[in-house]
Amino acid sequence: MHRIIILLILNINSVGSVLNVLRIGIPSALFYYVYYPMWKTFLEELDVQVVTSGDTTRQLLNYGVREALADACVPVKVFFGHVMALIDQVDYLFIPRIVCLNKKTVYCPKFLGLPDMIRYGIANMPPIIDVRIDARDHKDKLFAAYYKVGKILGKTPRQITKALLKAKTSQYKFQKLLRSGLQPIEAIDNISTGKKQKPLDNKGELKFAVVGYPYIIHDQYISVGIINKLHKMNINVVTSDNISPFTLKLQRHGSSKRLFWTFSERTLRATRYFAGRKDIDGIIHLSAFGCGPDSILDRFIQLNNQSSTIPFMSLVIDEQSGEAGVTTRLEAFVDMVKRKKGAYRNA
Amino acid sequence: MRKVTFPHMGESYRAFKMLLNDLGNEVILPPRPSLKTLNLGVQYTPEFACFPLKVLMGTYLETIEKGANILVTTGGVGPCRAGLYAELHKKILHDLGLSIEMIVFEPPRLYPFNFIRNVHKLNSGRLSIKAIVDRIKKGWRKLQALDNAEKLTHIIRPRELKKGTTTQKYRQVLEWIDNANTTSDIIEAEAAALEELHKIPQDLGRLVVKVGIVGEIYVLLEPTANLEIEETLGNLGVEVERSMFLTGWARDNTWKETVEGMTVKDAAHPYLPELIGGHGRDSIGNTVLYAKRKFDGIIQLAPFTCIPEIVARTILPAVSKDYNIPVLTFFLDEQTGKAGMNTRLEAFVDLMKRKKFKKQHQANIWLPSEATN
Repeated sequence: MHRIIILLILNINSVGSVLNVLRIGIPSALFYYVYYPMWKTFLEELDVQVVTSGDTTRQLLNYGVREALADACVPVKVFFGHVMALIDQVDYLFIPRIVCLNKKTVYCPKFLGLPDMIRYGIANMPPIIDVRIDARDHKDKLFAAYYKVGKILGKTPRQITKALLKAKTSQYKFQKLLRSGLQPIEAIDNISTGKKQKPLDNKGELKFAVVGYPYIIHDQYISVGIINKLHKMNINVVTSDNISPFTLKLQRHGSSKRLFWTFSERTLRATRYFAGRKDIDGIIHLSAFGCGPDSILDRFIQLNNQSSTIPFMSLVIDEQSGEAGVTTRLEAFVDMVKRKKGAYRNA
Repeated sequence: MRKVTFPHMGESYRAFKMLLNDLGNEVILPPRPSLKTLNLGVQYTPEFACFPLKVLMGTYLETIEKGANILVTTGGVGPCRAGLYAELHKKILHDLGLSIEMIVFEPPRLYPFNFIRNVHKLNSGRLSIKAIVDRIKKGWRKLQALDNAEKLTHIIRPRELKKGTTTQKYRQVLEWIDNANTTSDIIEAEAAALEELHKIPQDLGRLVVKVGIVGEIYVLLEPTANLEIEETLGNLGVEVERSMFLTGWARDNTWKETVEGMTVKDAAHPYLPELIGGHGRDSIGNTVLYAKRKFDGIIQLAPFTCIPEIVARTILPAVSKDYNIPVLTFFLDEQTGKAGMNTRLEAFVDLMKRKKFKKQHQANIWLPSEATN
């Protein structure tokens, strides 16, 4: 049965290339971990074949390190690598310029200039679909932006509206799965294969919160599989992606100035939330070397939550990070947390 | 006792000192950033925060040591990190147990009340509104005078007959402007300063290449941060035009956009249509404009890990190729050494001079390398 399905899929693929179905590439990095289900549904509803670049590998990262500027942060280098992997396979690359979605915070400057960096940073690029999405600007609102994408693909307004509705439904599903405790990669698998994967049971003796940007935490390669490592040490993990947007909104800010960047703001609020909870035994902030917003965010996290007694570790990774180094630090942190917990229990 | 201080940025401190004094405050002058400043700053700031954040932190700590308790600085609305400097500095200083007040000026166009409140806080002499406006106008005039004198040294330095005369004279005339305390005095001092600089003996027949400097504002304006790149270039026989002066930048960002500001935006549009904060788009726009004005090269200065300049740097090779203009980038931080920078500058200048010389004498000189073509 499985074989037949696989054959069928292969068949559709080959028919597709014969019929010249448009292929659009979505690099599996940065926004992939947040909006992929939505983009995929939207594009597929418009009769486009979506191609992704798969997991990050050593080779992809090497491509990225070679093409991107040495001073860029690791996630951007990884993004360059993913784009390189897609160049020869697709007719278009889908890299929307997401400026602002909530009318309050914008994204990191590197995200705002991302389509331009890719266009001028890599030779022989296929055309890039770089619609601007800015909720503050009337003509660049979410619907208008997707409408433009649909127009580029030559679709009618009705088709586009229908596709966008479906896309929003699948994004809603995706977010629901995230709130149920699944991590983005598992949730994406869940949606695309239709298999019901349950979040891991709360069997572990400790519960850690891993905070940071989704494209760092959930990229198995650059995060050196930190979540799996914690699972293996018998620790339950929640990430900032598992909190509902409403809960995040409720987190108090104090009098300090709002951070400008959506992901950083989210991380700051998530940390605040975790720091005030009783069932969390440790918080790990995972950040990438050279990340501009993180240099400020990390210090804000530390200074804002000084009243919390939950152990906190800030872990910086880069393209040189070794498996062993990260493991050692994690083990040391876990040991320390266990000791602390044990001491309190005996007292 | 209220003692006010502010960040050190090139020679601008002379104007700010006058303005704050006029409003009736006691001013603690920020010292020129030194190794001590950097060491202090690096010690208390995040590791990969950008360079200006570290220098400012050091400056604040040094001035607090001298008794300052009110820090006046600028804010911002992002998405560049600089807009959060004040917030982070405040948090770190309070965490260190230092009780200081921070007065942060946000862009007055967006936050007019913040501006009025801050001016009121700094108005220790309880001056009338009219008097305050007059004082601000006078301070502005002084800033302009300082900028004009500096601009002139950039033109004269590469042509001076005896090396070092311009720098020496410049130090001297700065004091004249510094001592002028009324608007008419400032205008007089400025005229005298420009005249004095013009008197420097020059060799007008010299082959001088023209270089545009673009990049992030702090490292452009603070000579200690850019290791006196303009002086070094001037001594190598390069006429420098800097894309940014405090007066020009402040006008664009506080009151209204000028024609120049708009042209830069338009020039950058084909390469970078989005405002990415900081001076990323300006760097690209100015590079295009300088190339159109037939400059011989561009130097981009940026602090290490500066986000907007990294975006700009990724795009600049395309601009460089399209307009056939060489671009050299320096990412500066506390580890940058002057000797290494000088070597790179010398090589860059040699290449530009050779290219220019060849262009000027194309008809007369027959280079052996062309024979093979």
